[in-house]
Amino acid sequence: MLKESFRMSISNILSNKMRSFLTILGIIIGVMAIIALITVMESATGEVTAQFESLGTGKLTIQASGTPLKRGLSEKDLNDIAALENVEGYSPTLSKTLHVVHQGHVVEDVTIKGYSHDYFRRESDSIARGRPILPADSENRSRVCLIDSDLAAAAFSGVDPIGQEILINGMRFSIVGLLADPEVDDVFSQMQMMGENGSLIIPHATYMRVFGVKGVTSLEVYAKDPDNMSTLTEELETLLDAAFNYKDDSYSIINMESLLSVMDTMMDLMTNLLVGIASIALLVGGIGIMNMMLVSVTERTSEIGLRKALGARPRSIQVQFLMESVILSLLGGAIGVALGEVVSVILSDVMSIAFVFSPGAVALGVSFSLAVGVIFGWAPARKASNLNPIDALRSM
Amino acid sequence: MNSLFFRMTDICKSYWMGDEWSPVLKNIDLTIQEGEFLSVLGPSGSGKSTLMNIIGCLDTPTSGEYILHGRRVDDLDADELSQIRNKEIGFIFQSFQLLPRQDALSNVELPLIYAGMPQHKRRERAAEMLERVGLADKMYHRPNQLSGGQQQRVAIARALATNPTILLADEPTGALDQKTGRQVMELFHELHDEGRTIIMITHDRAIAQNASRMVRILDGEISEGVADDA
Ligand SMILES: Nc1ncnc2c1ncn2[C@@H]1O[C@H](COP(=O)(O)OP(=O)(O)OP(=O)(O)O)[C@@H](O)[C@H]1O
Ligand SMILES: [Mg+2]
Repeated sequence: MLKESFRMSISNILSNKMRSFLTILGIIIGVMAIIALITVMESATGEVTAQFESLGTGKLTIQASGTPLKRGLSEKDLNDIAALENVEGYSPTLSKTLHVVHQGHVVEDVTIKGYSHDYFRRESDSIARGRPILPADSENRSRVCLIDSDLAAAAFSGVDPIGQEILINGMRFSIVGLLADPEVDDVFSQMQMMGENGSLIIPHATYMRVFGVKGVTSLEVYAKDPDNMSTLTEELETLLDAAFNYKDDSYSIINMESLLSVMDTMMDLMTNLLVGIASIALLVGGIGIMNMMLVSVTERTSEIGLRKALGARPRSIQVQFLMESVILSLLGGAIGVALGEVVSVILSDVMSIAFVFSPGAVALGVSFSLAVGVIFGWAPARKASNLNPIDALRSM
Repeated sequence: MNSLFFRMTDICKSYWMGDEWSPVLKNIDLTIQEGEFLSVLGPSGSGKSTLMNIIGCLDTPTSGEYILHGRRVDDLDADELSQIRNKEIGFIFQSFQLLPRQDALSNVELPLIYAGMPQHKRRERAAEMLERVGLADKMYHRPNQLSGGQQQRVAIARALATNPTILLADEPTGALDQKTGRQVMELFHELHDEGRTIIMITHDRAIAQNASRMVRILDGEISEGVADDA
């Protein structure tokens, strides 16, 4: 019986191809929108999350603008921070763009960064070759540096740069290491000031002396226990409040993880909102199906009457019409899912994020269209099944 | 062979015409034995089709009692009525009522679908029925590719498909010429000889005389036997 209903539904849908297509257009658009939105949002969220995570967990960032009397964190503040119970280490993130000179050859527009040895202890894979900055370098304010591949290419075509010397701000620095190229060119490294000809890293203490920097305005603090960031935050707040004389807005502490969870919540909210909007298209599509089914019931009144006269039970008629609306909307759903995936791939490409197939979105699209078919097909199917055979026959 | 098929007692059917009831069937009493071949003769508008629809459980009377095979039709629910229409009754409608988009074979198959017969058996049975009415070569023709008489024969094949106990034919020869009409009557005689109960509605006296028993209906009133004019 179900097989029969299925065959009859298919033949009815096919005998009115144009009308069937126009009817399911709303479903197609709705499901396509839902699939594309969810997939793109999930891909983007995954991408951003991965980037946040690549920045490291168990780390706080202090932005300290300081007070008019005291700009940034002094060397004493840094030592105090290092002495805190939960602090494993820290690294200022100093940087500026300058030219460097190698054997009389000037390389313009190079980013000079001042980081600590703690930075390299955490980010040990940021070095391709050579050695990192060591505690002694910080202590002695050594004139050593690590350069990246862009700068190596710009200044030392072909020659091994390690062991070579380079002039920064007129001072001689020896190159001790080569930085690894970042694995993914993420937005954060793009956001960081990047000189056109690459960058190099020197010990932060050296940086501060060479460029006469008195206060550090941007500092990364590494936690001993990544699961206990709140204690660390409290310790830092006590210390920094005292350091900046309890002045409002003199500093802020940014926790990547809390940022991440806020962002996750926002992305979820946004996804739900967009899916909600897209559902309106589905609703309209559902009304379209209901309309077509009602028209179909009216058109086929005499057919329904005949079927009933020949022994169709009300239930058989209901199943047949319900089946037809469900097939229609599932067909729309399937086309919508396919188009939605295509649109997602294209959008991901345009937005240059990695496309991630979302089974959840497909399940949602399919179940939405199934629900639409059942809900909006119910009333017309019911109407058809309740037709009085004799009234229905006479309408022929 | 002589058990009671159905009994109608005091059946009335009226339609509400906005301001008053318009009676179509008036106090009909009718009893049919199994195996009878009855013709119902009456002029147009006399209520013949209305009566047949009530006999076939397609329509319900306004009042009166209708007992079919020992069961009060009033007491049956929609599913039981469907079952009766499917298994017991073979309808041949006044206007054929074939599905225009389906070929003859599919049209004949229709009641078998609702009888729950599997597809291959259905096809077989439908083909057999079409052969019986002489349409073996027209199985894949759609109704609009068939003549009126051929359509009528498809309708007869469909009515016979579920092997019903009673055949209800509303003007089976109305659209046919004399020769084809005679062929249909021969078929009816065969079916009657096989033991089937047949009720045939007509406004043509000559046709009506094929039956073994005849009732006349005039303005909704029924009278037994043969009268002078029709
Ligand atoms: N649904 C209805 N509402 C109102 N009146 C109806 C309805 N159905 C039938 N009638 C009336 O009942 C009367 C009998 O109709 P019926 O179809 O039974 O006639 P008939 O004897 O079969 O005629 P014909 O030989 O032309 O087929 C007619 O006068 C018709 O107008
Ligand atoms: Mg009639």
